[in-house]
Amino acid sequence: MNNTDLLNLIDITVSFEGFLALNKLNLNLKKGELRAVIGPNGAGKTTFLDVITGKVKPTKGEVIFKGKSLVGRKEHKIARLGVGRKFQSPRIFENLTVKENLEISVSTPKSPLNLINKSIKDEQLKEIERLMKIVNLAQKVDSKAGSLSHGQKQWLEIAMLVGQKPDLMLVDEPVAGLTDEETDLTADLLKSLSGENTVVVIDHDMEFIRRLDSNVSVLNQGTVLCEGTMETIQKDQKVIDVYLGRPED
Amino acid sequence: MSFSKIKFDKKIVLSFWIILIALIIAAPTLLPVFRLNLLGRYLSLSIVALGVDLIWGYTGLLSLGQGIFFALGGYCAAMYLQITSSSEFPNNIPEFFALYGVEKLPFFWEPFRSPIFTFFAIWIIPALIAGLIGFLVFRNRIKGVYFSILTQASLLVFFNFFNGQQKLINGTNGLKTDVTQLFGQMVGSESMQRIFFWITAILVISAWFFAKWVVKGRFGNILIGIRDDEPRVRFTGYNPVIFKTIIFSIAGGLAGISGALYTVQSGIVSPQFMTVPFSIEMVIWVAVGGRGTLLGAILGAVFINYAKSLVSEALPASWMFIQGGLFILVVTALPEGVLGWIKGDGPRNLLQRFGLKRKIETYPSLEVNNKEGNNE
Repeated sequence: MNNTDLLNLIDITVSFEGFLALNKLNLNLKKGELRAVIGPNGAGKTTFLDVITGKVKPTKGEVIFKGKSLVGRKEHKIARLGVGRKFQSPRIFENLTVKENLEISVSTPKSPLNLINKSIKDEQLKEIERLMKIVNLAQKVDSKAGSLSHGQKQWLEIAMLVGQKPDLMLVDEPVAGLTDEETDLTADLLKSLSGENTVVVIDHDMEFIRRLDSNVSVLNQGTVLCEGTMETIQKDQKVIDVYLGRPED
Repeated sequence: MSFSKIKFDKKIVLSFWIILIALIIAAPTLLPVFRLNLLGRYLSLSIVALGVDLIWGYTGLLSLGQGIFFALGGYCAAMYLQITSSSEFPNNIPEFFALYGVEKLPFFWEPFRSPIFTFFAIWIIPALIAGLIGFLVFRNRIKGVYFSILTQASLLVFFNFFNGQQKLINGTNGLKTDVTQLFGQMVGSESMQRIFFWITAILVISAWFFAKWVVKGRFGNILIGIRDDEPRVRFTGYNPVIFKTIIFSIAGGLAGISGALYTVQSGIVSPQFMTVPFSIEMVIWVAVGGRGTLLGAILGAVFINYAKSLVSEALPASWMFIQGGLFILVVTALPEGVLGWIKGDGPRNLLQRFGLKRKIETYPSLEVNNKEGNNE
């Protein structure tokens, strides 16, 4: 652990009635880093995000974010500390318009009184416009989010994530169900976000991970099997055994 | 595509207002006092329905216990009326106390001597109790069906308490208000009832505007967000507990106002206001009118209740069947209620089915507003 680390996971163990979803997982993230996390099904990738965002409380271990422990904090408090999350399937508010979705994400402070009394600030409106341009949704401002295509929904959720201005972005399978072209665009978008933000991408689309060109952590059976660049892990015998060596479905 | 917030046509809105205001002005001259009184009662019920729409239609909290707050508002009003009209009775306390040998006024009646206290108590007491119940329930993340069961259980607790306490609030007999005096006039008199009708009409409109203000903008969007995907709201940094507590408390306050208005126009408040069927009926009004439309809640409450009284006069035993049938019809055929059906192109689809209107061939949004030039 050192000062440039944004996030440290120390010996995280999560036990679901005896089943160890995570087993003494250790992981450190530097500020501005882009990190890919891969692993076979059931390796604990999503549980790993659940622990950071407060959805699941670890049975043992410690999560340190910006020098503060996150264990035991409520989800919304962790979000306000600067942890943003994009879910596996797009989780957007389908009955609200694209703009309203983004308003929810950029609004601060997030108190009822502020929301009911005041109209949205000008700089936040500008931010919404900027975000909509980035993700190519500017023409869909007033469309219901539910009417968007799958790829647009994914992007809207990424835009919502960025709008929250989190220090740490946790992105769970952002390219599931996207076309190749959309996948490439998403990879470029995530790469452009890192540097300023710290981004963790979970996926098992190898082409996509390769394109991210980042450090990769391989999860298996709830623990980190191996860490390094794509080339390093591809040569690692343990990784080949559990993951890469499998024939593709 | 449920709960759409499509804006109404301007003309419809304008004509609606003209008709509404004309009706309110004309009602006392058009209707015999008996009918006017009924209409006033049903309008007051529409205020509690607005609250149900806020918590259920917008926030997804199906409360089966709004009768608690409705009755509390009614009791507050009735206690004030009884105590200020009790100067001729033994010990200067309401008459019913003598039946049970009570000589001293129970302590909690004392503040109800004050009209100002009563004015605030009618909506603040139900709002506070709703806020308290809500906070405890929401903090423990009880939702869905468990929330509904819990509210219904609370309703039964309140019902049994009020029903059993003769010495405190006249138990099952309730508190009569029609023979009490307000500002030197008999509450049940024709002139007072006319005034109550006006007050009710004004308050229904005010409550409607208030509810519209609550749901417009970002606060309302968060409520919809909570309804559709509460964890997502949480991960975006909002605390749903606070939002749900506030809206449940607002619905409680509206129920209290509604209960007070209903009480002075029906002449009595009793634990019957806290029975299970009555609270479920409130939900039916909103379901039939249209969830998440606000106006649907008002129309549902007024029309269903008016239909109830008309049907009950003609065929006394049949109303329960009609009401049940109406609910089944709405759940199966019009899940978004009558207003939701109209907003969601229901009439057009119906005409299409009978071949009276051209079928839309591609996506409705493409054909209806092709001005957008969607040629992707």
